Amino acid sequence: MNATRVVATFTFKECARRRVFIVVPITTVAFLSLYALGNHYAFRSIGGSVAGPMGQVDARTLAGATLVGLSMFVTLFLGSALGIFLSFSAVRGDAEQGVLQPLVVRPVARTGLLLGRFLGACTLSIGYVSFLYLASVAITGATGGWWPQRLLSPLFHLAGGVTIVIALTLLGSVFLSALTNGIVMFMLYGAGLLAGLFGQLGGVLRSSALESTGKVVSWALPFEALYQSGLNSLTASATGVTRVIVQLGPLGGAQPGGPLLVLWSLAYLVLVGGLALFAFARRDL
Amino acid sequence: MAAFVAHELVKRYGATVALGGVSLEVGEGELVGLLGPNGAGKSTLVKIGCGLVRASEGHADVCGAPAGSKEARASLGYLAELFRFPGWLTAGEVLKLHQDLVGSTRGTAERKELLSLVGLGEVGERRVDAMSKGMQQRLGIAQALVGSPRLLMLDEPTSALDPAGRRAVRDILEEVRARGISVLLNSHLLSEVELVCDRVIILLAGEIVAEGTPQDLTAARGVEIETDSGSRRWDEAGRDDIPALVAQLVAEGAHIYGVRTSKPTLEEVYLEAVRGEMG
Repeated sequence: MNATRVVATFTFKECARRRVFIVVPITTVAFLSLYALGNHYAFRSIGGSVAGPMGQVDARTLAGATLVGLSMFVTLFLGSALGIFLSFSAVRGDAEQGVLQPLVVRPVARTGLLLGRFLGACTLSIGYVSFLYLASVAITGATGGWWPQRLLSPLFHLAGGVTIVIALTLLGSVFLSALTNGIVMFMLYGAGLLAGLFGQLGGVLRSSALESTGKVVSWALPFEALYQSGLNSLTASATGVTRVIVQLGPLGGAQPGGPLLVLWSLAYLVLVGGLALFAFARRDL
Repeated sequence: MAAFVAHELVKRYGATVALGGVSLEVGEGELVGLLGPNGAGKSTLVKIGCGLVRASEGHADVCGAPAGSKEARASLGYLAELFRFPGWLTAGEVLKLHQDLVGSTRGTAERKELLSLVGLGEVGERRVDAMSKGMQQRLGIAQALVGSPRLLMLDEPTSALDPAGRRAVRDILEEVRARGISVLLNSHLLSEVELVCDRVIILLAGEIVAEGTPQDLTAARGVEIETDSGSRRWDEAGRDDIPALVAQLVAEGAHIYGVRTSKPTLEEVYLEAVRGEMG
């Protein structure tokens, strides 16, 4: 446990010294400013309900849910990117640089070292995701008066998604060099995104094959399924035509995951994490 | 108890045999030099001792505990051939990190002592990325000494150093030996090994081809006597044979003008061992 604590603390210190805590807040302020501007113009241009071809659409809910959904998409991407950059070189990359060996020969378990990296990356990434999501919700609420009915459920889903991305990255770091691992992880992330779009497109085109493909890939890469589920819980308050339109979701359809998704995500995390720990424990350095 | 014991160690990387059944021992307080050309298996041997690499066959013990076990790693300090400390840490913070991992409770006093030992007493607050290669190498040795290990495994600790830096490392090794710490020194620098090591082991293609003290390995071999009829050489004779040889020559009526024993350098012994095995 000592090694886990030491390495997790080390990750924080590294971020502080490398000015991550300066650069990230600056870019985050830039993003949130842009988001606030978008919210301002979006809500200024809408009225109450709008009559559409399928019936009445609640324009405020449509705008609010869409804007927060967009923010969730960016939040998941930025949180995942932060997690990937904090962990993509954890094993093979660091070993090739000669950073890892002096630590591994110390009388600490290798599992402790890897768990430390995992916890450090998760804490920072989830902390960042929480801030960004809550700030976005606050901006939308303050600007347009729309608040998600379930405030924390989307956040838990985002946090779960980022945790899975970090676990996958650490697993990749045991086998792949830092550069290759980073590329692979962003490609996997892209594949997850594509799966979401497939599902969305399949729903619109009534193509069950496309929908199934999207669903299978989303569950194979559950950070995407969690994102979709988070998006779905965001729009839980919407009804009627508004709900149908909102559920199409920005950049990935909103799909309910249910308790099975939570269980599957936990099992997935244990499987991926366990595999990473097992492989690292047996790896020659 | 021996600080390090390797018994019939074999390491295979696919079809490549890095170690072909190496057995050796490093005694308590002994400084043993490991010599050999690139690819001889020196680093693999050291890495097995440190638990970084798992042996395919055989076993190794560090201070009585199986190599790689927590107990074994608690007894050793290691400096890799290629290592890098995070550039954003200061020298003191590098040592603090390793103190935390080892569980050392000696705090600032230990850090000051080790930095002073390696000649970095004045730069404890300097960041690693502002240090020269030589300073980082010395910091590496200080790091390996955190937690007062009983065995130090150094893999090419002077490979990137200038002559002054190598001299400094040699002085540190003398000090380490004076403290009773056993050392397994993997090096290419024969002169350095000859100067500081109690015993030398020469590895080639994963096997030991020569072993002994520097004095034994470089013991006089052959006698050359200069007479009035020219120089004569006895390759198998040693120092103890000189009186008899001189007496024999004088009895034969020769005039003796000089007697020399041939004493090979460690470099010559090394090259002979390596070339002989390489065919």
